[in-house]
Amino acid sequence: MTATPHAGSTGPFPNADLAPGAEVLLRALKEQGVEVIFGYPGGAVLPIYDAIFKQNAIRHVLVRHEQAAVHAAEGYARSTGRTGCVLVTSGPGATNAVTGLVDALMDSIPVVCLTGQVPTHLIGNDAFQEADTVGITRPATKHNYLVKKPEDLARVVHEAFYVASSGRPGPVVVDLPKDILINPAPYVSASANGHRSYRPRTAPDGEQIARAAALIRSAHRPMLYTGGGIINAGPEASRLLTQLVAETGIPCTNTLMGLGALPASDPHFLGMLGMHGTYEANMAMHGCDVLINIGARFDDRVTGRLNAFSPNSKKIHADIDASNINKNVVVDVPIVGDARLVLEALLAAIRSDGGPDREALATWWRQIDGWRARESLKFEQSRATGAIIKPQHAVRRLYELTQQSGRETFITTEVGQHQMWAAQHFGFEKPNHWMTSGGLGTMGYGLPAAMGVQVAHPDALVIDIAGEASILMNIQEMATVAQYRLPVKVFILNNQYMGMVRQWQELLHGGRYSESYSEALPDFVKLADAFHGVGMRANTIDDLDRVILEMIACDKAVIADIAVDQGENVYPMIPSGAAHNEMLLGPDKNRDNAEVTNAGMVLV
Amino acid sequence: MLGETGALRSATIAVLVENEAGVLARVIGLFSGRGYNIDSLTVAPIDDKGRSRITVVTRGTEQVIEQIKAQLSRIVPVHKVADLTVEGPHVARELALIKVVSRGEPRMEALRIAEAFRAKIVDTSIESFVFELTGATEKIDAFLDLMRPLGLVELSRSGIAAIARGTRTIE
Repeated sequence: MTATPHAGSTGPFPNADLAPGAEVLLRALKEQGVEVIFGYPGGAVLPIYDAIFKQNAIRHVLVRHEQAAVHAAEGYARSTGRTGCVLVTSGPGATNAVTGLVDALMDSIPVVCLTGQVPTHLIGNDAFQEADTVGITRPATKHNYLVKKPEDLARVVHEAFYVASSGRPGPVVVDLPKDILINPAPYVSASANGHRSYRPRTAPDGEQIARAAALIRSAHRPMLYTGGGIINAGPEASRLLTQLVAETGIPCTNTLMGLGALPASDPHFLGMLGMHGTYEANMAMHGCDVLINIGARFDDRVTGRLNAFSPNSKKIHADIDASNINKNVVVDVPIVGDARLVLEALLAAIRSDGGPDREALATWWRQIDGWRARESLKFEQSRATGAIIKPQHAVRRLYELTQQSGRETFITTEVGQHQMWAAQHFGFEKPNHWMTSGGLGTMGYGLPAAMGVQVAHPDALVIDIAGEASILMNIQEMATVAQYRLPVKVFILNNQYMGMVRQWQELLHGGRYSESYSEALPDFVKLADAFHGVGMRANTIDDLDRVILEMIACDKAVIADIAVDQGENVYPMIPSGAAHNEMLLGPDKNRDNAEVTNAGMVLV
Repeated sequence: MLGETGALRSATIAVLVENEAGVLARVIGLFSGRGYNIDSLTVAPIDDKGRSRITVVTRGTEQVIEQIKAQLSRIVPVHKVADLTVEGPHVARELALIKVVSRGEPRMEALRIAEAFRAKIVDTSIESFVFELTGATEKIDAFLDLMRPLGLVELSRSGIAAIARGTRTIE
């Protein structure tokens, strides 16, 4: 075996461009434009690590847990629009990655995860560190492969990147037995012929676009509801959405996944919708007569009780995945296509035939402004010396002070109350600057995702808005952050509770706070120090701005431990099983006839 | 959830797939993972282009069946999905191998009924027959009902294979 490819060799692949499998793999990754791999070595992937050692084109970032490798690749992918790449070993390496894979599947994030495998002749023998990786990851991925023959290796790697990044993006696993990595394999370039069976549809049907445009034209109370599909379709889709809104004057809400598609400062933006969405967004969803969903999937966090969801509207649903259409909500105009192409076509149709009636729209806006006047995100922050920090205020100040810094700012989050406060109170002006675990709701997502973002954007300000419980789920990544000198900022809203669990226990389980108190928390300042970073703490309102400013100015990794009000809940809230017009606006405000029903209790 | 109410119908769905490792597991995993029923499932390679055809019979409300078809269509190695039940007339057949052990009059009766059903005898001993019967599911069910008191001891059914009538093809 030689280390360099050579032509004209004899053996099983005469005239082929042969090299050891691991080198063929790296060459294929390079052809696919991979610049960085997030990974963790082990026995089955040693040949790949050896090949990585011998080249400089692709950088490797050593994580401290395989789950974090996938989240880091997700952060990289979401902040760049490119496909993230992961490398883990067989057995536990692959099983540890599963949570990250499902996270990427639920949020439609393009990731290719290379897993080591025992050599082909040992597969099925319960060999050391053997796991049925393709079996385990089949429902955790968009697609997966086990490479059994050297001649398939390069083709499968190219195909994996195509499948991960095209259509509705998602994670793809390529399982690589060790003998495949060592034995000679022929190199082939990516095929231009497309896939034999997988041909995702991206261009919308002209007739459906015309029907949609006609509905929009006839609307008196139109409403745009857009999701992660716009972000995944690239920045041009966000620009088109902003233009559509500007030209027609239609109000627009974003899902958790879709924040940043329309600038938060746009007067047509009603904020996020759904369980913790704004009053105006949810009331407008409930009251509209034409609902235009682009790139969102009528998720249960968004719709509330389905039989009361937007009851009087004609519904248009554009999605790149046909299986999302009529899955939860029956729609009148289904459009299968890429959000950018859909928006392009819609905008053209509306420009030629006109948009909704301006007078009716003005009446609709007056109604919406009435809902806005309720100020559903309002909170009271005492300015007295020694006052307790409200978590919402901490996020607001973080937003304002990062804005003032003028730095390009990316926000990641963990999962829970802090995540919702971040979504509500941090204004996102651009797509690809907000990474949060939406579908799967993975605690421990934010720190590794922030690592991935920082690797892709070394000079940007990357902040993980965290809770003190979530951050401990992947805290080991502080070591990765230290090794690569990534100046990631961890901004902990520390209320000493698993806040969202505590909130549900308060509202639904009689205030019995079973196992939700964060007992025996570490000293986060010392923890930062132990991981070669800088620790800071804000105990009261007097410390907050100073800590945030110091954090922003610090060129090292920071953990800022912000002690916040322990009893604060996320409002507004649509309780499980309630409808959009049955929101809880706050503990002391009138309930808009919301009650938690038995049917609602069983929902999550 | 959508599709929980409404009339149930049976759907015979033909799925053209790449004949590659794991493709059947993807289809079955879709049904179990999302809680759909499988009444019958058959699979075999059908051409030299490396493709197989899966015929699956399922039951659900119209919306659930639409979901099943959409979910099947997005499996990467799936070429084509056709709902034979709604896309026009089709023929659906299955094959059964039926072992009947008996002597004397019951054995003679089994033989007479088999002739009436045009079942083939593919194996015999002095006290057993293996009948091969091909036909619609109802025909096979009717035959089995008659064989039960006559010494039916073992049964192997292929599940349904189906194809559209006329010149129409899945592609």
